[in-house]
Amino acid sequence: MAEDWTMHPRYYTREHEWVTVHGELATIGITKFAAEQLGDVVFVELPEKGKSFTRGDDMAVVESVKAASDVYAPVSGEVVDVNGELEGAPERVNEAPDADGWFCVLKIADADELKTLMDEEAYTKFCADEAS
Amino acid sequence: MTMNSTGRPTAPTDIAAAAGAPETVSGSRGLLQHEPLIFETDRWGKTGVDLPAPRGREDRLGGLARKSAVDLPGLSEPQAVRHYVRLSQRNYAIDLGLFPLGSCTMKHNPRLNERMARLPGFADIHPMQPQSTVQGALGLIDELAGWLKTLTGMPAVAMSPKAGAHGELCGMLAIRKALEVRGELETRRRVLVPASAHGTNPATAIQCGFTVDEIGAGKDGLVDMEALRVKLEETDDIAGIMLTNPNTCGLFERDIREIADLIHEAGGYFYCDGANFNAIMGRVRPGDLGIDAMHINLHKTFSTPHGGGGPGSGPTVLSDALAAFAPVPFVSQEEDGGFMLVEEDRREAAHSFGRMVAFHGQMGMFVRALSYMLSHGADGLKQAGEDAVLNANYVQARLKEVMSPAFDGFCMHEALFSDDFLGDNGIETVDIAKGLLDEGYHPMTMYFPLVVHGAMLLEPTETESRAELDRFCDALADVARRAKAGDETLKGAPYLAPLRRLDETRAARKPVLKWSPPARESVAAE
Repeated sequence: MAEDWTMHPRYYTREHEWVTVHGELATIGITKFAAEQLGDVVFVELPEKGKSFTRGDDMAVVESVKAASDVYAPVSGEVVDVNGELEGAPERVNEAPDADGWFCVLKIADADELKTLMDEEAYTKFCADEAS
Repeated sequence: MTMNSTGRPTAPTDIAAAAGAPETVSGSRGLLQHEPLIFETDRWGKTGVDLPAPRGREDRLGGLARKSAVDLPGLSEPQAVRHYVRLSQRNYAIDLGLFPLGSCTMKHNPRLNERMARLPGFADIHPMQPQSTVQGALGLIDELAGWLKTLTGMPAVAMSPKAGAHGELCGMLAIRKALEVRGELETRRRVLVPASAHGTNPATAIQCGFTVDEIGAGKDGLVDMEALRVKLEETDDIAGIMLTNPNTCGLFERDIREIADLIHEAGGYFYCDGANFNAIMGRVRPGDLGIDAMHINLHKTFSTPHGGGGPGSGPTVLSDALAAFAPVPFVSQEEDGGFMLVEEDRREAAHSFGRMVAFHGQMGMFVRALSYMLSHGADGLKQAGEDAVLNANYVQARLKEVMSPAFDGFCMHEALFSDDFLGDNGIETVDIAKGLLDEGYHPMTMYFPLVVHGAMLLEPTETESRAELDRFCDALADVARRAKAGDETLKGAPYLAPLRRLDETRAARKPVLKWSPPARESVAAE
């Protein structure tokens, strides 16, 4: 994976996931807000490489001491890479949700779907609205 | 001091040292005895009983006789008894005090039930005895089934499921079979589950091969009817819905009749999770609500022991639409008044989805549950449900000045609070639960249901007197007040439990599921 992938444009979903787009690929993870809400993450179930998802499908599971949550496919696409390190070290999700705690990389099937996602400003406002 | 990964002490509290008591040689602190794991006793290579070596017996093992030691500690009877009694003294149970675990209905287990279950005619029989010799036991199953059908207004009940989730499986397998008979099993794949459901509901649906779609909760904690309607319009593959009523927010789903109609119009079946039946027992008949299948937790609503003391028992009532698919065996009364177990080979069982257990279910729990019903009578059961709801509302009313009720208005059998009242002061729900341990109570259910932030769910049941509820509420209100004021000492709670804050995170991330022998060399050297 390119070293500077975190510098590419980043989008957010209402389910508190982030999507960083680099070319036709999208790296996906959960936001710092989501990681804090979950508390200590103890288990991550990742999708299989080569599997395709439609936007909104259950793609992965993240389990913390408080709750188990589904991670949804923020865009449609095929899984081309997964962060296998999370299986042995789920704490990466708490330590660096924006970087080392990434979940998987999808090959984007329909770039138009990105338009439905929020940018950072909109997401910050969304979180503030949800908290109030 | 040993710390967990969040920096909280895990070591046993030494209250005696804090009070200025000297150290002891034994490690015990007065009558709070130090107790190692049974594998960590010094009984390796020893035996607790002294039997003469067998003489004149031919070895028929063909060289397969064990040559090495079995690697189990050899305890004498008093050592074994003391080990378990010492451990039991560290336990908390309904027989020790109020047990407010939400959605668990931890009510008193009457001693009359125990006495009835120990009658030799129930306790000393075997499932493989000829049926003619156990007519009383079969009659009891039939009578209990009759009570369950009357209380729920349903025409049939499967008695064999052995727990709540097993009952869910029974109901969903009946639905699956019904769809199969209709020739629609391949096309009806989707089961709807509300966001506040018990985790077992989606798990059961998946286990039966369905996919699960979540239906959100509205601001009032009830099923979002608009979301349900939209979902039903958008889809044409609904197998059914799994709904708990009252739900895990402690609220009665008042649109339940409409939900049933919508699901039936869409061609699906209605599974109701009966975990919270205690709240409506004797007042509401699920059969009148359009429900097709519902399990009943005898170990909750009907006072049989659970929470370590089980086993559970989850009879599942079925509507006319599903009755034909009930699992075998079931008890049937013959024309001559005798009872028999109907098995696969009988015509009545032609459409049964099959068998869930080897025999007929939890006989001991059936005796206890029927004992509870007969000792209460129909009016007494109704009152038990009403008192449970009254007690929950009393708790909610007493605590709402300090804590934040998750929803407005009255609750049913359990009171639900969010962590709103804590603001951002750093104290969390878990700290309140641990603080409650120091007050001598088992904590409430926490962080469930997921639809409420930092949820605290309290179900006192009808067991508690007003005086006991007051003592409990005084204790919880005080902990909550301290939490609200940002009292950092709560972060270190519990101070007075046998162990302090366990490292739940590390236990989940790096579970050690197998005991490994300590310093085996010293054992080998003996």
